[in-house]
Amino acid sequence: MLILECPYCGVKAEETELQAGGEAHLKRFGPGSSDDDFHDYLFMRENPKGVHFERWRHVNGCGKWFHAARCTVTLEVFGTYTAQTSTPPQALLDAISEKRPGWTWREFADASTSHNGEEVAD
Amino acid sequence: MKRYSAFAVAREALRYHSGWERAWASPEPKPHYDVIIVGAGGHGLATAYYLGKNFGITNVAVIEKGWLGGGNTGRNTTIIRSNYLQDPSAAIYEKARSLYEDMSQDLNYNVMFSPRGVIMLAQTEHEVRGYKRTAHANMLQGVTTEWINPQRVKELVPIINLEGPRYPVLGGLWQARGGTARHDAVAWGYARACSAMGMDIIQKCEVTGVRTEAGRVVGVDTTKGAIDCDKLGMVVAGNCSDLSQMAGFRLPVESVALQALVSEPIKPCMDVVVMANTVHGYMSQSDKGEMVIGGGTDGFNNYTQRGSFHHIEETVRALNETFPMVSRLKMLRQWGGIVDVTGDRSPIISSTPVKNCFVNCGWGTGGFKAIPGSGWAMAQLMATGHSYLAEEFTMTRFKEGKFIDESVAAGVAH
Ligand SMILES: Cc1cc2nc3c(=O)[nH]c(=O)nc-3n(C[C@H](O)[C@H](O)[C@H](O)COP(=O)(O)OP(=O)(O)OC[C@H]3O[C@@H](n4cnc5c(N)ncnc54)[C@H](O)[C@@H]3O)c2cc1C
Ligand SMILES: [Zn+2]
Repeated sequence: MLILECPYCGVKAEETELQAGGEAHLKRFGPGSSDDDFHDYLFMRENPKGVHFERWRHVNGCGKWFHAARCTVTLEVFGTYTAQTSTPPQALLDAISEKRPGWTWREFADASTSHNGEEVAD
Repeated sequence: MKRYSAFAVAREALRYHSGWERAWASPEPKPHYDVIIVGAGGHGLATAYYLGKNFGITNVAVIEKGWLGGGNTGRNTTIIRSNYLQDPSAAIYEKARSLYEDMSQDLNYNVMFSPRGVIMLAQTEHEVRGYKRTAHANMLQGVTTEWINPQRVKELVPIINLEGPRYPVLGGLWQARGGTARHDAVAWGYARACSAMGMDIIQKCEVTGVRTEAGRVVGVDTTKGAIDCDKLGMVVAGNCSDLSQMAGFRLPVESVALQALVSEPIKPCMDVVVMANTVHGYMSQSDKGEMVIGGGTDGFNNYTQRGSFHHIEETVRALNETFPMVSRLKMLRQWGGIVDVTGDRSPIISSTPVKNCFVNCGWGTGGFKAIPGSGWAMAQLMATGHSYLAEEFTMTRFKEGKFIDESVAAGVAH
């Protein structure tokens, strides 16, 4: 069973107390942005086999949204942190590097043109 | 390949069953194939089969990191139906359902297709309207379904409790020609037929890289070395994001756990499949007598093929109201699979930004029923570059806003 510590109330909450809210730190794109950015924001997700940053809500507790870093292959939880940040705290990133040497985050997504539409061979 | 028949059973009975052959060969990889399919689940094997059968392409390898059928194909609750809402879905799922009807004869392998009928219960006013709409859509699509009233539901499912209290049964969408099949047998039957056509099924061999030259696929790296190919099909369900990254592109898919469970075997009590989507549960009885039960997906990304226990609890709790007898059943075992979910809950059967590299994924919680239709379409796409069945299921449809939105129509895993 997944247990996450709510960074607000300090409760070590198990899954039934929590609601998963999907990938964290998405940059929002709306009207006026390019089609590709809008498409990626709406539909593309990291879906990594490994370290993942997520939004969770302490729904049956204090009710607040927070962030968690978790491994999707081992279900190990690296840590949780508040929602008032747009990047994971450096201390957490360092701790993950120690456990998963060579791991990357969004390197591929940032480098790849997601212009999947244009060059599709028929 | 020696054919299976009543005569063969009699012959072997007289000689201590010494004459049965291995169902498929386990060769070492050759340096080059015309086509490599990654993933020996139902969809990958069916693709290979129809490449051979419909297009005469038999220099094919199917590469599997574990054992064939060990992914979602061997983990699902085997429901087969084609009562979808959107036209492209109805076309491919109905094609698949019709291929299931004579699959045992076609493959000379008993896949135990049992068209026992599938009911999708309507337990809210919303669902009543939704399913009536689906029944009308199905009529236009040439898919035989029918809206039935609660009394008819009770006739078909005597163990059901119509009254609620929370979710009374208000009727149902009935597809008499839906049903179940034996999932392992589907994988095994295709594997045997592929092997008989001279294709190589290479198990315990993981694809670790995709090699491209000038934007065109030329081969794969595997735990058994590099293998060249002219065309590549990635058919790896929950691992598709991983594979697509190897080839250098992304897919609009997330991988989550979906679980199922079976009870102790009991005497025959329900001879149709029942889906209760509002309460997130569905149930059928296997030939062994076990009640086979499935529910909804877990809420978070997962690659472990294990789900959360409280989801199992939720599913069973929900079914208790509609099937009070479930509360007296002992559950025997439970398991999970990693399903690949897209934004509109419809699959992707598509060419990709890499030339000669094709992808078939996104079947999520409901792709067992689609195996033959999907393989049919994927083989056509890979062989000719086009498939009328796959036309709408491109990976670019999200950008174009051309969703094939089945999330409303299905709303639950199945
Ligand atoms: C619990 C549960 C219940 C379900 N119930 C139903 C149902 O009732 N009806 C229905 O229609 N559908 C159902 N489904 C969905 C259905 O099982 C799937 O959609 C379908 O089986 C997918 O088949 P596939 O061949 O695409 O994938 P899989 O069978 O998962 O095959 C993919 C294969 O690729 C292999 N692979 C992955 N990565 C690599 C690699 N790098 N190299 C080599 N091989 C690799 C895997 O090992 C796997 O064997 C259910 C699913 C689950 C989990
Ligand atoms: Zn809290």
